[in-house]
Amino acid sequence: MTTTAAKKQLHRIDLIFKHEDDCKEILRNAFSRSDQEIVNEMVNSGLKGRGGAGFPTGLKWKLAAESDEKEKYVICNADEGEPGTFKDREILSRVPHKVLSGMAVCAKIIGAQKGYIYLRGEYKFLVPDLNKELGKFHDILDDLGLDFRVEIFLGSGAYICGEESALIESMEGKRGEPRNKPPFPSVRGFKGKPTVVNNVETLAHSYTILKFGAKKFRDLGVKDSRGSKVFSVSGDTPIPGIYELELGMTVQDFVDDFSDGDCKAVQVGGASGFLVPRKRFGKTTIGYEGKLTGISLPTGGSMMIFNSSRSMYNVLNNYLEFFEEESCGQCTPCRVGCQQLLKGIRAVKRGEKPASYLDQLLKLTETMKLTAKCGLGQSVANSFSSIVENFREEMIY
Amino acid sequence: MANMVNLTINGIAVSVEEDKTILEAAKHLHIKIPTLCYHKDLCVAGNCRVCVVEQVGNHKLVASCATPVAEGMEINTNTLKVRNCRKHIIELLLTEHREECTKCYRNGHCELQALAAEYQITNQDFIDLVPDKNYTIDMLSPAIVKDDSKCIRCQRCVRTCAEIQSVGAIAVAHKGSEMKISTFFDRSLDEVVCTNCGQCIVHCPTGALTEKSYVENVWDAIADPDTHVIVQTAPAVRIGLGEELGLGIGTRVTGKMVSALKRLGFDSVLDTDFTADLTIMEEGTELLTRLKRALVDDDPEVALPMATSCSPGWVKYIEHKYPEYLPNLSSCKSPQQMFGALAKTYYAKNIEVDPENIVSVSIMPCTAKKFEANRPEMKDSGYKDVDFVLTTRELAVMIRQAGIEFEKLNDESFDSIMGIGSGAGVIFGASGGVMEAALRTAYEIVTGREVPFDNLEITPVRGLEGVKEATVKIEGTIEAWSFLEGVELKCAITNGLENAHQLLDAIRKGDKFYHFIEVMACPGGCLGGGGQPFPVDNEIRLKRMNALYEEDRNLPIRKAHENPEIIQVYKEFLEEPLSHKSHKLLHTSYVKREQY
Repeated sequence: MTTTAAKKQLHRIDLIFKHEDDCKEILRNAFSRSDQEIVNEMVNSGLKGRGGAGFPTGLKWKLAAESDEKEKYVICNADEGEPGTFKDREILSRVPHKVLSGMAVCAKIIGAQKGYIYLRGEYKFLVPDLNKELGKFHDILDDLGLDFRVEIFLGSGAYICGEESALIESMEGKRGEPRNKPPFPSVRGFKGKPTVVNNVETLAHSYTILKFGAKKFRDLGVKDSRGSKVFSVSGDTPIPGIYELELGMTVQDFVDDFSDGDCKAVQVGGASGFLVPRKRFGKTTIGYEGKLTGISLPTGGSMMIFNSSRSMYNVLNNYLEFFEEESCGQCTPCRVGCQQLLKGIRAVKRGEKPASYLDQLLKLTETMKLTAKCGLGQSVANSFSSIVENFREEMIY
Repeated sequence: MANMVNLTINGIAVSVEEDKTILEAAKHLHIKIPTLCYHKDLCVAGNCRVCVVEQVGNHKLVASCATPVAEGMEINTNTLKVRNCRKHIIELLLTEHREECTKCYRNGHCELQALAAEYQITNQDFIDLVPDKNYTIDMLSPAIVKDDSKCIRCQRCVRTCAEIQSVGAIAVAHKGSEMKISTFFDRSLDEVVCTNCGQCIVHCPTGALTEKSYVENVWDAIADPDTHVIVQTAPAVRIGLGEELGLGIGTRVTGKMVSALKRLGFDSVLDTDFTADLTIMEEGTELLTRLKRALVDDDPEVALPMATSCSPGWVKYIEHKYPEYLPNLSSCKSPQQMFGALAKTYYAKNIEVDPENIVSVSIMPCTAKKFEANRPEMKDSGYKDVDFVLTTRELAVMIRQAGIEFEKLNDESFDSIMGIGSGAGVIFGASGGVMEAALRTAYEIVTGREVPFDNLEITPVRGLEGVKEATVKIEGTIEAWSFLEGVELKCAITNGLENAHQLLDAIRKGDKFYHFIEVMACPGGCLGGGGQPFPVDNEIRLKRMNALYEEDRNLPIRKAHENPEIIQVYKEFLEEPLSHKSHKLLHTSYVKREQY
């Protein structure tokens, strides 16, 4: 008992999953305020997209609200496909009304009459419950006099459709391929109309902000990484699961809490994220862009813990197999680059290529990062370079 | 006028309209940025990434073809970073591409090859991915060969097939490393909705899509001393061949072409323009007959508008996509097939050669003609009416192989008979040409007067617009055609199957009514055909179009019915338009085909 007490524990936040049955009140209150006031509240909260890219949510809403177009859309991105991420499923099954409330408030501000939940095909089992919830929710909206309806759109299992413009293409009945940007969806999105695409968790957080105000949210976290975040903790941990934690912790803090003492590395942000080796635990902070002490990593919430028995070569091989298959295939750097990286590390491992070939592949990932059309191709470099640079010997021997 | 935007490219200031891309702005400054997936005819894809450039302040590179200009933008197109990335991208494309340049049909005409040469890709550091790919080559179509191992997935063909042609025979299938350009359930192009128009070929940057070549078959026929090889040349070939052989775009080379064909060893060098004129006689009479049935006999069965049937891509399109409009298609064969049927009957008799020993070759700006010649019904002469169809490009190959210095050749004349064509026949090669040619003749038959246009030039039907309309009021008819007195003949002309699709939908909805429509499958008409030189864009099409009209202006005979050989063929052989013999040899029927 004394040992547990001695172990420092990260502050568990209980905002997202706290069961609250007051969404009608929250909405009534929100609808009574001016659109400008709500946008300011969102901007001031510092909330950033929780899908992983971290675009300021308030700004996204503001951009869409500024457009003169009559037809606009709100889309909840529930195409949770990042390996190691399983938080959105939980949010949608436990507190769907918070997500829907976020959508409704966004709809009111930007002037949308129609919303969609783009639900990952594998989450089909959530549909009956969600539809029940939608029925109740639409009644509330009718009572409050908001002309807004939400429909579920089921994805077909392509990872790339989590990318917002590919998601929109898919909804339009086309191949899920990312679009050229600009224009961004907030200017020209679904059916060519201004569209806000927000992650499930982002929308749920907006509920918290509306309920408790921007300040309470802002008081959590650090600098440019405000609020709490739901993490999907997996891998070599005795306590895998979903945890809402404050942003701004170091990987060391995280490992101290979640590892069993044998932790070689942590993959932050899934296959498209970074691998943090033990020597960097203390210097790496989980958050967005803003440089704190050392490196700060954005994440969609996936934290995979690897113990000393894990081969980093196998880990990377696994990620690359994933990307090689899940690239949409349209742009050269991503489609061919992923194949080259996968075949490349295998060739080095088999001794068919010299160890120095890894340096060439690192240069290739740099090109992918600079030239790929969307975030998928650009972020393959993250796991590749962080694994190869830190565990080079495991790639070779 | 659009607002102007100021930016700098490589430190040079430029001001362009705000709707322009970085690529277009660079062109203003005469800075060439390499491209592969970009094509002027098509929507922007931005998928090859070869055109990436550096934008100051952006830590990523941007695709210049897909990025609009913005005020104050600073672009650099030739930094070390850009060059390294571009080189990587070209190398990556090459690892997926079966590199057998010397054995490739597009050797010397390949955009990927040219780019690899420009960037001096001399070493291959990355792993060759081809051995692990199950690439297939589809050779079943009589017109188009699709070799996946040469494909760079730029999707120019896919966009062409969907946007320009509204056909969608080819599309993207699968994802990631398996992503490929495929057809309905990966069937052969011969078994899907493909119209064989060949627009995918002229838009393909590499050898992934090429015409099925019959050059060797033709050489074999020429080499056979017992065979009499007849060649016919379509109108648009004479304004495309020079371009393919390095002369300027839109150079008219009719006389040189004839001379070259004779040197190649063809026994009779004849002109498809002759049967273009014949088409006017038959199709014009058919139109007047349909109008009589509609206006005088009140026959509810008569199908109007009547649609031209010269373009085999269009014919197959309607067979697949609008079978309910099959009765509207003129029953006339295309000039190529009329020629083929006459070559082995009328012409054979005239030169006293057994049709058994005749090989009939046609030179076409078209790949769909290869399919058309292979249609099972095209054997009305008792033999295969047209044995081999070569494109303009293939003829150029033969001329080069034969060591003929084309530009030095003197002009020669076609052989006779079936070697005279009028200006009306020549303009068949341009969108609007068949309409103009038909009006020149029909109007004169009905009124006894020339069409009321300066110098016979019916300008409203000319040009590259998607849909052109013309109304001709018929007045002062001669007695036999008095039922047409006062009738406003409504005509429409369209080119490119997407435009045809729009036109047909408007007709089907009842938004539009016409008596006669001319449809050409390819943009600009045959001059922009799938067998013509690449590259192509509207600027080039316009130059070719002007050349055709110039050819028309310079011919002594400019109306089909005044062609002495046409008068002769009716007198000696066919009797009159729509005669029993005409029906047997010059007319055909169509079949309904599947939608996929």
